[in-house]
Amino acid sequence: MKPAAFEFVRASTLSEATTILLESDGAARVVAGAQSLGPMLNLRLVQPRILVDITGIAELTEIEDGDEAVTLGACVTTANIEDGRLPGRGLRALSLVAGRIAYRAVRNRGTIGGSVCHADPAADWVSALCALGAECVIVGPHGLRRLAVEEFITGAFENALAPGELLRGIRVPRLSSDARWGYNKLCRKAGEFALAIGAVLDDRERDRFRAVIGATMGRPIIVTDSRQVRRPDGAGLDEAALLRLFDRYGISDRAARRQHVAIIARAFDQAACP
Amino acid sequence: MARYGIGAAVVRKEDERFLHGRGQYVADFRLAGTREVAFVRSPVAHARLRAIDVPHEVRHAVFTAKDLVGVKPIISSPPLKGFKHSAQPILATDKVRYVGEIVAMCLAPTRAEAEDIAAMVSLDFEELPAVTDMLAALEPSAPLVHEEWGDNIFITFSEDGPVDEVAKVAAIKVTREIRTSRHCMFPMEGRGVVAYRDQRLRYLTLITSTQFPHSVQTGLCECLGLDDGAVRIISPDVGGGFGYKGLLCREEVALGWLALQVNHPVRWLEDCREHLSANANCREHHYTITGYASREGKLLAIDCVGYVDAGAYSDYPISSAPEAAQIANLLPGPYTFSTYRCRSAAVATNKCPIIPYRGVARSGICLAIESVMDAIAREAGLEPYEVRLRNMVRPDQMPFDNVVGKHFDSGDHPECLRRAVDAIRLPEVRARQKRPERDGRLIGVGLSFFVEQGAHGTSVLASWGRPIVPGYEQANVRITADGDVEIRVGTHSHGQGHETTFAQVAHEILGVDFDRIKVLQGDTLYTPYSTATWGSRSMVMGGGAVARASRTIAARAARIGAWLLQADAADARVADGQVIAGNGSVSLREVARAWYLQPQNLPPDVDTGGLEVTTGYRAERDSGTFSYASHAAVVAVDPQTGLIEILDYVVVEDGGVLVNPMIVDGQVCGGTAQGIGTCLYEAMPFDAQGQPLASTLLDYMLPGATEVPDIRVLHMQTPSPYTEFGMKGLGEGGAVGPPAAIVSAVNDALRPLGAEVHDLPLTPECVLAAIDTARARPPHG
Repeated sequence: MKPAAFEFVRASTLSEATTILLESDGAARVVAGAQSLGPMLNLRLVQPRILVDITGIAELTEIEDGDEAVTLGACVTTANIEDGRLPGRGLRALSLVAGRIAYRAVRNRGTIGGSVCHADPAADWVSALCALGAECVIVGPHGLRRLAVEEFITGAFENALAPGELLRGIRVPRLSSDARWGYNKLCRKAGEFALAIGAVLDDRERDRFRAVIGATMGRPIIVTDSRQVRRPDGAGLDEAALLRLFDRYGISDRAARRQHVAIIARAFDQAACP
Repeated sequence: MARYGIGAAVVRKEDERFLHGRGQYVADFRLAGTREVAFVRSPVAHARLRAIDVPHEVRHAVFTAKDLVGVKPIISSPPLKGFKHSAQPILATDKVRYVGEIVAMCLAPTRAEAEDIAAMVSLDFEELPAVTDMLAALEPSAPLVHEEWGDNIFITFSEDGPVDEVAKVAAIKVTREIRTSRHCMFPMEGRGVVAYRDQRLRYLTLITSTQFPHSVQTGLCECLGLDDGAVRIISPDVGGGFGYKGLLCREEVALGWLALQVNHPVRWLEDCREHLSANANCREHHYTITGYASREGKLLAIDCVGYVDAGAYSDYPISSAPEAAQIANLLPGPYTFSTYRCRSAAVATNKCPIIPYRGVARSGICLAIESVMDAIAREAGLEPYEVRLRNMVRPDQMPFDNVVGKHFDSGDHPECLRRAVDAIRLPEVRARQKRPERDGRLIGVGLSFFVEQGAHGTSVLASWGRPIVPGYEQANVRITADGDVEIRVGTHSHGQGHETTFAQVAHEILGVDFDRIKVLQGDTLYTPYSTATWGSRSMVMGGGAVARASRTIAARAARIGAWLLQADAADARVADGQVIAGNGSVSLREVARAWYLQPQNLPPDVDTGGLEVTTGYRAERDSGTFSYASHAAVVAVDPQTGLIEILDYVVVEDGGVLVNPMIVDGQVCGGTAQGIGTCLYEAMPFDAQGQPLASTLLDYMLPGATEVPDIRVLHMQTPSPYTEFGMKGLGEGGAVGPPAAIVSAVNDALRPLGAEVHDLPLTPECVLAAIDTARARPPHG
């Protein structure tokens, strides 16, 4: 289990990285924390000709604390988000999610951008950021563009990056002070990938009621108005509505359906409890 | 004063280096000029190999079966009637029989380059239908793993009591079908081999991570056609074995051969994928078991058919027989019933071989019989522990021969069970179950009880079938010129702490400073021949030999000391590192100096063997020691997600006289963690084509620190009447009890829903499916 030979480039600027990506014609792979790519290289599941390390690019570890949103550089590590020592305000929801991702050793190296690009359906960042309505900030040959995380992830292990493009950061919109957050996941053991993820954002002031059912076989299920899956009286879930949703997304396994219902219900409960 | 003898919880001598990262494992040996090996392994489970295509530019670096002229396959055939033998080629010849079987060996300066070469080798094969399930393998139409056999059965064992007579009168009849998953042993350190020619000592030397240095030596010589005088095996620090390193592996033979062809050392280090999927698995059993009992819960008879999915080959030197043999003759466990019928078979499939893992067949056996005891309890309307108590051997019946003649040497089984029931606070759990939990989970309590045969002697192993049968275990004990003690043993510690416990035994007898006693092991050059460390035997057998040798040394030293003291030899004895006679004493160091440096001071009739002794030991009765234990667990089951959490776990264990209770606690807790893995997490699934589906740790789930609760271990110490100090073997029991106890607890939790689970591991999906099945069933009446 040793990788096939590759050329290693440690890029120091965004343009250097994007140029290599564009010119390599698909033979280059970006590496940041290497927590998913590393094993894939060792198993020779991927055999890039060039590996472009982007962790030395200063902008990618920066945090931009704006009025409307906080933008985290793609190479901000999960451990740094967990520890809450970042300058950005209002990152508590992210910090709670971070602390339960894999193991500390993985969190020390793993990056938020790497996780989103890898687009593993069972990854926490994928579901949590979708629920928060976060956007991907993408840099490429034609400048910057923004894309909602749920559109950036086009399928299991697939993303919307075009040739020469690089994920620069994640823009997380600010929540109002009384926004409620619920996040629950089902793991057979601590640190393992989840069997089911439920994420709920209730931000009454900004009229955002999002829910995400994650760790499905493909893209997470985004419920843009979560009132659609709650009973009209507001008390509890509309299980039938959820099951219809599962039908639409092809989640047919009986056990998986039960687990997803239970976990999203718990996330709703968590968001409802002070 | 600190105590270091038998019974002292001495801190382990080896921990100084282990905890500072200074252990020396195979991969830590860096010999100049070493080249690395990677193997080409079969990507298919069953095929005829037509050709191996090696590109010209790497031909010099690739070796196939054609190159290994004169190398014999591994054949491990116990002398048992009806055993069908398998020949396991070192590199595949005409056929491959499982995914991961070695086809070619590639040599390069680095492992990465060796893997590059391996990727260039292409195989031309004709795929055959694979047989991947032991029950399917029994069908007449099943593909044959070994065509010449005519079926897929390595061997069958049977016990044939008159169960049908009992069935006519028994008030209670319960039947359960139980499947345990195939899984992996997962020592922290995988296998690894460094092989080279030692020009000075004229040995082919293998540094290899093994539990069995001498068995590897014997087996390697058979395959390579060498005499054992030409081969030296060094097994340095071994990072766990659990049975996984209890065999001769083809890689050892392949590298041994290669080292004889080239003029530099060669090395292979197993990677995680090879570890999980290509070398050996364990534990896969299927039981159909029926228990008959009276209305009062008295067990009358057991009737069982058990299968072991043994994989494609019989590994050396264990063979594929013992696991099925154990089903037939350990299933009755601790209970006193008198009618027993069992048929068990080791079945060949297109999967890697099954080899014994800590506890061997017993975790499955314990689950099978204990599930029956629980089922009888339900039928009889009794607490499960009550049913067990009614069927146990009473202490006044010890020693006791059970229905298959297993000879329990000593103990108080009912007391052990009662202590477990007390410790788990059964009445409190029962009260808690009457109230709904706030989080909606269901609470259950369960227990298991089992006996653990250890230190099996010649008679036991000869009947279970093993090409190498253990006899007298030997130890060499030497007092050096400075009065230090060196102990050389053929057993080999792969985590058991023998450097500490064997020193405790010598200290008990000689009283030499504990720090000045050194235990040497893991090298065929200087240790006595031994079948080594497996089957909970090392402390009883090796420790017994150390005790015998130490006593002989003490007697010889006493004679010299008495002469130096000018006292009567008959009055002299050894204690606290001194020879004491009358009011005088002389240190063993002074005795040693007389022997080695001042021989003019020795008595004229001195024993010329001097201060070094090698002697052998076998227990007075070699039918084995019988430790026993009761495990009890409280679990919470989430009926919405199927997730199980262990809330409390108790082990009450009697391992005879304990040499080092702290090490025993470590053994019990480590084994229990593995048993929790067996019950809740570990599985190596295969698809219908025989592809292993968990070839990385992403897919293969092991329990971690957060999944293993704080295990409460309580001890009883009933001496064995047959062994030195009354010691018993106990290294495996921790892994035996958990599946039965946890399954019992989960089924107790699921009882209000009418659901039961029986197949391991208890995944959330399997729990939910059981609940669904119960819901779909029409209500009683």
